Amino acid sequence: MRYAADPQAMRLAVALDELVALYHRPSGVTHLLAPPAPELLDALAEGPADSAELLVRLSRLYDLPDAAAGAIAARMEELVLAGLAWRA
Amino acid sequence: MRHAFQVQVGPVGFRIGSAWRGPVVALEQLYGGYPGPDVPDMTVRLFPERPWRHVVRPSVAISGDFWLPDAAPLPLAQGLLAAEMGMNLQVALGWRRHLLLHCSAVERDGRVLLMSGASGSGKSTLATLLALRGWRFLGDEFAFVALDDGRIHPFPRASSLKNEAVAAVRGAGGVVGPVLEGTPKGTIGYWRPPGDAVARMAEAAPPALLLFPRYGRPEAVERLAASETFMLLTQASTNYVALGEAGFGALTRLVQSVPALQVDYPDGAAGLALVDRLWGAL
Repeated sequence: MRYAADPQAMRLAVALDELVALYHRPSGVTHLLAPPAPELLDALAEGPADSAELLVRLSRLYDLPDAAAGAIAARMEELVLAGLAWRA
Repeated sequence: MRHAFQVQVGPVGFRIGSAWRGPVVALEQLYGGYPGPDVPDMTVRLFPERPWRHVVRPSVAISGDFWLPDAAPLPLAQGLLAAEMGMNLQVALGWRRHLLLHCSAVERDGRVLLMSGASGSGKSTLATLLALRGWRFLGDEFAFVALDDGRIHPFPRASSLKNEAVAAVRGAGGVVGPVLEGTPKGTIGYWRPPGDAVARMAEAAPPALLLFPRYGRPEAVERLAASETFMLLTQASTNYVALGEAGFGALTRLVQSVPALQVDYPDGAAGLALVDRLWGAL
């Protein structure tokens, strides 16, 4: 499954503590996101990707275990449900 | 409308029209000394639900620029409460120039203490008791947060004290009146802000501390995370969603810049002592 998201300019993100407040400009909806959801949205800025590719992109910035691919897929489905990403 | 009253409270100019003289007389007394607006921003209408209810068991329905379809009318003896509810309703549903938070607010040394909570939390009582001790009263119902710089603009309506709060404020030397018995919220007494609060109602000040008081509990203080405060205040705002990105900017700035505490207290004296201690520790 490949995923895509709006460009970063379509989001306003403010790190409050471990959670990030995110204002989604196209919908006008506010979200409170826990990691790695904000990082996944940022990783999609390079273009649509599946879970494995997203893991590669995140691994360039963060130290991630190999088992994270399944968790990434689960988080991406949550972002799709929230209207912040979609299946490409 | 046959009878009318206009008043400026902070940034909001109200025009209240009434089918009866009584509510307007009560408003004139409660808001004596307040300026009138150049041009009213918001209109409240108090009218009989049916034509015959003007005289037969008169009951006051509330309307205006904004209204709720299922709002129950009140007896004429509670016309002042109807007017106050109508004014609240217009602001809650219609105001767009500030982020509105359901908070009381008082100011000392140029900084504002905000208190947010549901009805019965004690936020009105605490704000009134603090005002009786020299704090500047900014309001007991709404905090008007400026969208550009986050300062709190006063909205010093009369404080609306419910049930035992009337005795608490009187016990502290405050003058409460009129007092309306048997309202849907129980006994409601109005406390008029001091002249200084009215004279300085155009003076905004930055927030310094945000409390979520809870009356009638054993004393406890808990620091709230910024994200939890953000969530609580989105629920305590009547216009956050309507303001869109401007509201998001104002609210994130507030929760990042102001410490927030949940404060449980058993009674007014303990609440005041807690506020003194927390304010002194800033």
